Amino acid sequence: MQQNLLEIDDLTVRLPEGRAARPILDGVSLSVAAGEMVGLVGESGSGKSVACRSVLGLLPERARTDGEVRVAGRDVLTLSRDGLKELRTRQVSMIFQDPRASVNPMRRVGDFLTEGMRAAGVPAAAATDRAEELLDAVGIRDPRGALRRHPHQFSGGMLQRVVIAAALASRPSLLVADEPTTALDVTTQAEVIAILTRLQAERGTGMLFVTHDLELASAICDRVYVMYAGRIVETQAATDLFDRPRHPYTAGLLACTPRVEPDAAPPRPIPGRPVSLAESPSGCAFAARCAHAQERCSVEKPVLRQYDGQGLAACLRADEGILL
Amino acid sequence: MTTAVDVTALRRRPGLRRLRVFGQGPLFTAAVLLLAALVAVALFAPLLAPYDPDALDLQATLAGSSTDHLLGADQSGRDVLSRLLYGARSGLLGPLVVVALSTLLGILVGVVAAWRGGRVDALLSRSMDLVFSFPGLLVAIMFVAVTGPGMTAPVIAMAVAYTPYVGRLVRSIAQQEKARPYIESYLVQGWSGWTICVRHLLPNIAPTVLAQSAINFGYALMDLAALSFLGFGVQPPTADWGAMINEGEGALLQGAMLPALAPSVCIMLAVVAFSIVGEGIADRVAKRDR
Amino acid sequence: MTRYLLGRLLGLVTVLLITSFLVFSAVHLAPGDPVSFLLKGHPVSPETKAAIRAQYHLDDPFFTQYLKWVGNVLHGDFGRSVQFRHDVGSLIGSRLPSTALLIGYSAVLVCLGGVLAGVLAALRPGAVDRVVLLCTGVATATPPFVSAIVLVSLFSVQLGWFPGPGAAGTGFADRLYHLTLPAVALAVTLTGLLARVTRSAMLDQLGREHVEVARSRGVAEDDVVRRHVLRNALGPIVTVGGTMLAGLLVSTSIVETAFNVSGVGSLLVQSVTVKDFPVVQAITLITVAAFVLVNLVVDLLAPLIDPRLTLTRRGAS
Repeated sequence: MQQNLLEIDDLTVRLPEGRAARPILDGVSLSVAAGEMVGLVGESGSGKSVACRSVLGLLPERARTDGEVRVAGRDVLTLSRDGLKELRTRQVSMIFQDPRASVNPMRRVGDFLTEGMRAAGVPAAAATDRAEELLDAVGIRDPRGALRRHPHQFSGGMLQRVVIAAALASRPSLLVADEPTTALDVTTQAEVIAILTRLQAERGTGMLFVTHDLELASAICDRVYVMYAGRIVETQAATDLFDRPRHPYTAGLLACTPRVEPDAAPPRPIPGRPVSLAESPSGCAFAARCAHAQERCSVEKPVLRQYDGQGLAACLRADEGILL
Repeated sequence: MTTAVDVTALRRRPGLRRLRVFGQGPLFTAAVLLLAALVAVALFAPLLAPYDPDALDLQATLAGSSTDHLLGADQSGRDVLSRLLYGARSGLLGPLVVVALSTLLGILVGVVAAWRGGRVDALLSRSMDLVFSFPGLLVAIMFVAVTGPGMTAPVIAMAVAYTPYVGRLVRSIAQQEKARPYIESYLVQGWSGWTICVRHLLPNIAPTVLAQSAINFGYALMDLAALSFLGFGVQPPTADWGAMINEGEGALLQGAMLPALAPSVCIMLAVVAFSIVGEGIADRVAKRDR
Repeated sequence: MTRYLLGRLLGLVTVLLITSFLVFSAVHLAPGDPVSFLLKGHPVSPETKAAIRAQYHLDDPFFTQYLKWVGNVLHGDFGRSVQFRHDVGSLIGSRLPSTALLIGYSAVLVCLGGVLAGVLAALRPGAVDRVVLLCTGVATATPPFVSAIVLVSLFSVQLGWFPGPGAAGTGFADRLYHLTLPAVALAVTLTGLLARVTRSAMLDQLGREHVEVARSRGVAEDDVVRRHVLRNALGPIVTVGGTMLAGLLVSTSIVETAFNVSGVGSLLVQSVTVKDFPVVQAITLITVAAFVLVNLVVDLLAPLIDPRLTLTRRGAS
């Protein structure tokens, strides 16, 4: 079998809190092949941010982990300090949610762009030249002047372009984007997504795109994983997921998105509120909010199983074809 | 030594919101108990003190710690423990007046500035900025230069110097509070601004002001003790911690530690206790607001 | 920018005018005839009295007196010391080097000690943090004269490592050595405060996303701390630290008195004690000027540290 660029294999993360360890992730597995665009969708508190940070070895110091996170075959969780540096400076880059928060406001944009390259050992002049090229590639006018400006002189959308340029600076084989457009206003969102997908395709970079927006994910990704309460509950090719969701949660997410088509049904929100893994009951974590839940759902823990085709879903009733 | 931490100024900078050193819990309780004990000592000094604090006993000059003199005796043979107990009176009274005056004045200025806004606010804020540009201790020393030694002038000077610490704090909270809808609804109902301020605004800002005042108390105690140490405040032979340290410095060089060290420890304990209490209250307020 | 600067300078001048007016009128506010007040406790000949009246222009109307006095002050003429029978300006000038050295020495100690302790506490949570917190908590509650007592009793009486109060050195290194205990005594309170400010500013930055971003890009931890955490914490450190250092200008009089350092601060205390008013006036005016100037410099530094700030508004308020 062809080796994937990223393979998260049965990852479990617990955070010690007081005396008890609070579980964050439970048996999460996902993969990204070279050049593939993969979505990871979930509401806040589902553990998607922790999952994507684990790819860079950015878990809290006291976190306890089981399972493996392999990038190009090497387990990130057991990497030495030098190994981590190698990983972060050359293989994987991350784009964070809010460009205002993720760029140091006190330093010049040029510093921000070249910092990663400098850490990788690129000489200053070469790093500056490359920073200029990258700013040009993400569509920032007057790249040379931009290098000398400070973050507060940029709009949110422009600053996120800078962040994307910085992430590409190390020519990574994998990009992890954690809600890269959530903090932006709607019009700039589309521009940033366009830039991101274009550069990803041009450079053949693998990408793990984390978002709470299932529709966006299925529009731009090849495959999508859906997370709920620290577990993957469904994964399918993006088009299939959109047309035939297997898990009631996925279906719920799709149903609560407003549609513009005239004949569309009005949005239906999922009742209740999302739970974290720590608060979830022993059975299916979604049972309490699920319209199709039966008695056994709150007792028996569903596992990911394959249903016709490629998709996997963790629902006891998925094979009944009750859905949708 | 105008080093009092300006809670307002720190509040304005994100991240300094919680300049917390001491946690709550047992330490807070201990500090409250210590302060209560200090007040009791000040009130009942005549009952507690084994000797007349001013009684000279030349035979006991620079006596070390013994059953007769638990903390020894100073250069004039006066009992250090008794002077320490009596010293709590001037040690607490001065700062008490400073804090009471500056708190009242600060609340008045702060509330009026926030309530009236506009020109009144600008004028009052500028005035507070102006007071801030004078180091309090220096102004107190100036006052002494004019009026001669004694506590009255320095206490008034200090009260004025400490007013902006309270005033700025009150102004900023009152401004936030005033913007809330409930104030508006009272105004619409025809309540007078004065009634709203007294009944609703003040109770809301009281805990924060109390916290700042407790912290100010510690700093005022240090500043006034410094004046007494310099010979400008409480005059000998009256027992006072700052003055005792001044007098004890000579004894120190002759090898007798207690006459100077004992009041030093008292001052430090009192100041630490006041800051623990002040920060503890501020923490509670912060938790309540969250 | 220029407008802001002009505004601030105007503020500085206002403060100095008010101070000079207060300082000047204080003589007249004091009970009794200004001449006898100015010469309180000193036997004087009629000629001296006449000289004083002339020097203070006491026969002129009040406001004219004030203007003439300010005019003299602007020419560096603060009058003559009653106590030392000497020109006030040169008297202060001769004492200034000791005080400047003491304050400079102390400021270095405060900055080094405070920032180091704060950084250490922020980067080593747990035992180290708690110890630093405890020590700085006690330090902030220790007024300089108490530090003086403790330092003298420990390092000059018990251990004999440093000279006791009153001794002064010859030559720069020796003077520095003699000023060590006074400088430490002066520094203790502010070091504690600065350490606390540094610690919370650092902790605030350590929790920020841009720090995690830097880490995610493989930047070495030392560089992350230096370039992002400490760099960004510099704003509050400089602002609060600078304001504190201005406070040294006043507390130096306490320490100089405790250690018998022959400086401007002890001269002020001495002059207040014997009512040598021309000296008190001069030192007060100079101290307030320096105090306001330091605060102005701190405010001007702020936009250099944080590019988001501009010099158009007054401070952060």
